[in-house]
Amino acid sequence: MAFGLFDSKGTSIDNQRFSWRDMVQKPISKLDDDAFTRVRVILVNGLENEALRFGHMAARFNRDLRLPLAKIRRTEQHQATMVNWLIAADHSPLETTIAYEQVAIEITAAIAQREPDPYLAQVYRFGLLEDFDHLYRYSALLDRLEGKDANNILQSYTDVLPGRPTMEHHRAPEDDLRDPYNAKTADFMTKLHALTIVASEYQTHDYYMNVGPLFSDTVARQLYAEIASVEEQHVTQYESMLDPTESWIEQWVLHEANECYNYYSCIEHETNHHIKAIWERFLDYELGHFHMACEALKQYEKRDPAEIVTADFASPLEFRSQRDFVRKVLVAEVDLRADGTRFVDKANESPLSQSYRNIVNADGSPSEAVASGYVWLPGTELNRKSTMRTRSVTGRAPDTTTP
Amino acid sequence: MTIQTEHIGMNRTGIQMSPIDSKAMQDVDPNMMSHDGGDESAMAELRTDYIAHADALGSIPLPGTITGAVNMGVQMLKGDSPQILLDKLGERLAFERTGTRLYDALITKCEVMLDGDISMTIEDLEQIRADEARHFLLISDAIESLGGDPTSQTPSADVVGVESMGLVQILNDPRTSVAQSLHAIVTAELSDKAGWETLIALADEHELSEMVDDFTQALNQEREHLALVQTWYEEAIGLTYGDVELDNPANAGGESIAP
Repeated sequence: MAFGLFDSKGTSIDNQRFSWRDMVQKPISKLDDDAFTRVRVILVNGLENEALRFGHMAARFNRDLRLPLAKIRRTEQHQATMVNWLIAADHSPLETTIAYEQVAIEITAAIAQREPDPYLAQVYRFGLLEDFDHLYRYSALLDRLEGKDANNILQSYTDVLPGRPTMEHHRAPEDDLRDPYNAKTADFMTKLHALTIVASEYQTHDYYMNVGPLFSDTVARQLYAEIASVEEQHVTQYESMLDPTESWIEQWVLHEANECYNYYSCIEHETNHHIKAIWERFLDYELGHFHMACEALKQYEKRDPAEIVTADFASPLEFRSQRDFVRKVLVAEVDLRADGTRFVDKANESPLSQSYRNIVNADGSPSEAVASGYVWLPGTELNRKSTMRTRSVTGRAPDTTTP
Repeated sequence: MTIQTEHIGMNRTGIQMSPIDSKAMQDVDPNMMSHDGGDESAMAELRTDYIAHADALGSIPLPGTITGAVNMGVQMLKGDSPQILLDKLGERLAFERTGTRLYDALITKCEVMLDGDISMTIEDLEQIRADEARHFLLISDAIESLGGDPTSQTPSADVVGVESMGLVQILNDPRTSVAQSLHAIVTAELSDKAGWETLIALADEHELSEMVDDFTQALNQEREHLALVQTWYEEAIGLTYGDVELDNPANAGGESIAP
């Protein structure tokens, strides 16, 4: 069902209220809820945090916008809390990490296929194969450190296979920047896609930076250090897709429009009724924010918001397994590398990135160590009985007949 | 009748719940899998260097009083290891203090959920909670009597603190049942019993007979706690006395589990 941003005014900012009890609701069930409910929770949390981040930066540069932005940020803070607190406490930080990578893969793959700009679609596919490999490395860590199966989180929607090897993601900053879209000519959805992925990658980076030190295991500490660094590169890459000539208020309008788009998409797919009610409530809140941003655009820039919001949302973002697409991209593009803003074959990779990589990988590669020989099996790699190589303490020989 | 509230439902974690997706997930061209022939030894190698060069968690605090410092010095000259005793006293103190809070959490939960289906009562839990709090104070006095500082966190206290984090999470999660909470409590009591046994042996080595007596009393109470919580846990998951061989040491670990 299509959705128009100008069709409803949403909830006015003064009626967007929370109590602590309201903010801290029942969490989702790690065991029973659909994995895509968790994907939506994580994605939306990323968007709310991006809203806070952007709101603060905009306020630093615009005195007149400080009060409306402060009012909106108060709500965004509480929206972010309500949403992030939906992640139940029985997720270990590493299990939540698996879920974060599932978000990165499934959402980037969905957006890569909808993106009308072929260069930006290529950027998404390039990043996709890296997050895909992160999932493989973290799944190996979950299996080999905590003895848990990543598929308990993934619910068979997302493959656990090597992608572009993480140790080769480390590039020089010169090779992480991409060409931005042109705000005057780019499709409205192109701008929202970029903002969605920037938000998602930013919160993934921040999450890894926060949970990495919670691990006692040095392999985990190194792996989080390594992948957090790649996520920072991803934020750099995706952020550089945004047109730097967009005004602050124009960017604000786009941020609010994007939140509306994502809540609308969540509502269309949500299977958990309790969570769906939250999405519906927050779509109305975001519509309220969107119209405040539009008012600011009219007041301070004398511009019509319809210049920016050029179309209704024809259909929601897809929340479903993108396995076939991901595998096709994997086969076709795993050997792509970067040279400046261009994507090139491995053989032509920028020497700057190669020498940078030699520095960070000089003492070994945690992502290689953690997944050495790792092949995911339902129920963990211990289900492969040939891995039982040690004689049991009671003297019985292990069963090695089953491959 | 059991008070376990877990039910059969739409648990989606296993591959059987999504047969089509699970089949597709496993239908992989072997070329797409890892072929480096490695194993977990690469991880072990990475860890080895850190283990070899790691600092300790921290130190056992020096006694802050002159008497304490002199006592410790004299004992060390005699070839004893008073610092190990202080570390382990600190461990038990920390565990009893956390244990008190675990029972607080269980009492709060039971005030809402307990419905008379098992023999455990709130009064029982309050009594055990009081024992745990008393044991905390007992250890605190013992540390002071040696000139130590009962407010410090010793390395072993830190270790049991980290070990107990999962127990705190389970007891305070509003979604866990009484049976699930009791499972966590059984884990705590098993560890507590072993901890007291070690502590008594250490006090005995240091010829601290008064401590040995006090701690033995505490151990006996902890054994009773363990027997009780194990019984309540078994009742909560629907086991009855007819189902277990109470006198079989293989089942009871040498202890009677009858309250």
